[in-house]
Amino acid sequence: MDVLFTNARLIDPEAGTESKGSLRISGGKIAEVLTEGAPDVSGAQVIDAGGMCMAPGVVDIGVKICEPGERHKESFRSAGLAAAAGGVTTIVTRPDTLPTIDTPEALEFQTRRAAEAAPVHVAPMAALTKGREGKEMVEIGFLKDAGAVAFTDCDRVVENTKVFSRALTYAKSLDALVMAHVQEPGLSHGAAATSGARASRMGLPSVSAMAERMGLDRDIALIEMTGAAYHADQITTHRALPALERAKANGLNVTAGVSIHHLTLTEAAIKEYRTFFKVKPPLRTEEDRAAAVAAVASGLIDVVSSMHTPQDEESKRLPFEEAASGAVGLETLLPAMMGLVAAGELTLPQVFRAAALAPARRLGLPSGRLSVGAPGDVILFDPDAAFTLDRTTLLSKSKNTPFDGAKMRGRVAGTWVRGRRVGGEDADATH
Amino acid sequence: MRHLLGIEPLSPADITAILDLSDSYVKLNRSNQKHTNALAGLTQVNMFFENSTRTQASFELAGKRLGADVMSMAMQASSIKKGETLIDTALTLNAMHPDLLIVRHPHSGAVDLLAEKVNCAVLNAGDGRHEHPTQALLDALTIRRRLGQLSGLKVAICGDIAHSRVARSNVQLLTKMGNEVRLIGPPTLVPSGAADWDVSVHGDMAEGLAGVDVVMMLRLQRERMDGGFIPSEREYYHRFGLDAEKLSHAKEDAIVMHPGPMNRGVEIDGEIADDINRSVIQEQVEMGVAVRMAAMDLLMQNRRETKPGVML
Repeated sequence: MDVLFTNARLIDPEAGTESKGSLRISGGKIAEVLTEGAPDVSGAQVIDAGGMCMAPGVVDIGVKICEPGERHKESFRSAGLAAAAGGVTTIVTRPDTLPTIDTPEALEFQTRRAAEAAPVHVAPMAALTKGREGKEMVEIGFLKDAGAVAFTDCDRVVENTKVFSRALTYAKSLDALVMAHVQEPGLSHGAAATSGARASRMGLPSVSAMAERMGLDRDIALIEMTGAAYHADQITTHRALPALERAKANGLNVTAGVSIHHLTLTEAAIKEYRTFFKVKPPLRTEEDRAAAVAAVASGLIDVVSSMHTPQDEESKRLPFEEAASGAVGLETLLPAMMGLVAAGELTLPQVFRAAALAPARRLGLPSGRLSVGAPGDVILFDPDAAFTLDRTTLLSKSKNTPFDGAKMRGRVAGTWVRGRRVGGEDADATH
Repeated sequence: MRHLLGIEPLSPADITAILDLSDSYVKLNRSNQKHTNALAGLTQVNMFFENSTRTQASFELAGKRLGADVMSMAMQASSIKKGETLIDTALTLNAMHPDLLIVRHPHSGAVDLLAEKVNCAVLNAGDGRHEHPTQALLDALTIRRRLGQLSGLKVAICGDIAHSRVARSNVQLLTKMGNEVRLIGPPTLVPSGAADWDVSVHGDMAEGLAGVDVVMMLRLQRERMDGGFIPSEREYYHRFGLDAEKLSHAKEDAIVMHPGPMNRGVEIDGEIADDINRSVIQEQVEMGVAVRMAAMDLLMQNRRETKPGVML
C-alpha cells in the first residue's frame, strides 16, 4: 500500500526550500509531492505529520561496521538499527575491516550480510590498495562491478605518490570515485592532538593543522595530473579551505567532506585526557570549527558524515596516546546538526544538502531528494525536541560517543526506507 | 583534592604550605633520628612503568622515613608485559588496599586515568611529557632556601623543553608564584604552543640568560626522540650546553640547577655541575626527599581528614 504523509514541513535540499505539504510514496518511490491543495488520500496509509519536518534520509559516507572481524564492536544488524533510529537511510561503509575489503569476494560477503541484517541501504566502499598497504591497487574494475561505490584506504594516506597517481589514473578510466584521507603522513605520524598551546601543555604528541593542507595540496596536484574523481574525506582546518576552493574553481572533479564532530566540538574537549574525544584527524580550534561550518553552509565542503567508528571500552580506556581513535555517530549526526541549526549556523535545507543530497549525488545514488521518482527514503523529525543523550541507550554495540550527557535537540520520529518504516521512535524495526 | 597529579590545580597558598612543611622535614632528615610515624600503618606502593633509579629511591626513602610500609614494583617487568591493561593492574593493586600509589608512566595523562580507578591517593611521579609535580616542588624549595624568596625572580629553563615534564611543571609553579620565566632552546625542542604559556622564548643562551637569578638545565632526552631534533650533540653543546662563558651572562650569584641524571658535556659542562658555589644539584636531591615526605604527609592528612590540612 502507498504511504501518504500529510501536514508535513517538507525540507527540499535540491530546491533549498522548506514548505508545508504532503508526500506520497508508491511502489517504494516518491510518487507525489504537493505543496498546495489537498492530496488524494485514496489507496494510502495516511500519516499525519502534525507539522513535523520531512526530509530525505541521511546518506552517511564513511561508516565503519566492524563486520567481518570485530563483530563485538558493531554488526550490520546493530549499525542498521542505529542508522534507522538516527534517520540514516543509506550507510556507505568503510573497507577498514579485518580483513580489509579489497577483493570482490570480500565485498560480496559484506553485501550479503548487509542484505540479511540491515534494515537500511548499505552501499559499500572498497579499499584503494590491497590490505590498505599503499603498495598495489585493488581490482577496481571487478570491485566496481560488484557494487563498490568508491575506493578508499580510509585513514591511511597512500604515501607513495607513484602508487597513488597510478591508482587515480586507473580509477579515472573506470569512472571510479577515490576518497582519501588528507594528511601529510610524515608530520602526522604518532600524533594524538592538534599542535598548539593545549597539546603542548598536556604533553601530547601533536600534528600541525598545516599537515592537512599539505596533504590536500599534494592530492589536488595529482587530480590535476590524472583527472580522477576525488573526495577528501574530512577537511577540518581553515588553512585547507582556500586550496579546496581553488581546486573547485579550476574545474577539478573534487569534493570534500567533514565529520559532524569537527563541526560541533573543539580541542578544548580533550582536556583531562578524555579519550572519547580522540578522533582522527584530531579535534581542532574554534576558528577551524567555525570555518568548517561556514564552508558547509556555502557548499564549499560538500558532505557531512558521522565518520561512525565503533570502539569498545577496552580500546578507549587507555592513556590518551595509546587509546583508539574514533567515535560512533549514526544516532547523533542529526541531533548534532540540529544544534547547529538552532545556533543559526546552518539552515535545514543546508543540513540535508550536506547530509543527504550531496553524498548521494557524489556516489551516483538516486536518493537524497524529495522529488518524484526518488526512492522513498524519508524521515520525519522534530528539530526542536530537546533531550539529554545517555550513551547506554544507543543502539550501536559500541557506546563511544563524545556526546554522552550532552543536551541535544532533534528527535527522529520515523525513518522509512523504500516506503517501509524501519526506525525512529516507536518504530517496528526489530521484527 | 585526594591526589597530587600536577602543579596545575595547586594555588600559591597550597604550594607555600607544602614547602613550609618540607622545611621541617629537611631538618628531620639532617638529624640523627630520621623517623616519624606520620604514615605508620599505611601502605605505599611505588609503580614505575618507566625506568627510574633516583626518583624511585627518593620516594622509597621518603615513605620509609614517614613510617609507611613501602613496596616498589618494577612494572616494566611485570604483568604489563603479559598484556594486562593499566586499569586492570590498578584494580588488582587497589584490591590490596594500599593507601598511597606513587606512579610514573611514559604516557601523558596515564596517571590521571589510573587515579580515576582507585580508592587510594595517587601521587604523580612523572607522566609522559605532562607533569612531574614533586620535581617542581623540590626545585622551588631549593630556590627558596638558597635565594630566600620564590617570587620576583628571573628563571631560565634551558634545553629540551619539548620532551620535558619537569619544564612543564616548573613553568606552572614558577609563573603561579610570580616569577619571570624564560625558555631557552633550539626551536625544534621548544613546544609549538609554549608562546602561550606566559613565558618568553629565546633561541640564544646569551640573550636568554642575561641577568637571570636561576639557570635550570634540562636533560637532553635522547630516548624520547624519534627523529632529528638536533644535528649533533657537539653542535648542541656548542650552542646550548651550559659552560662558564654562557653562565657569565647570568647574575653573578645565579644558581645552576639540573633535575638529573646529567649528560656531562652535552647540556652542561662538568666543571659547572661540580662548582659548589654555583651548582645546587646535590641540594636538589636532598630537597627531593623532604618535599616528597611533605606531599605524602599532606595527602594522608587529607585522606584521614583528621586535621584540616592544606588541600592538595
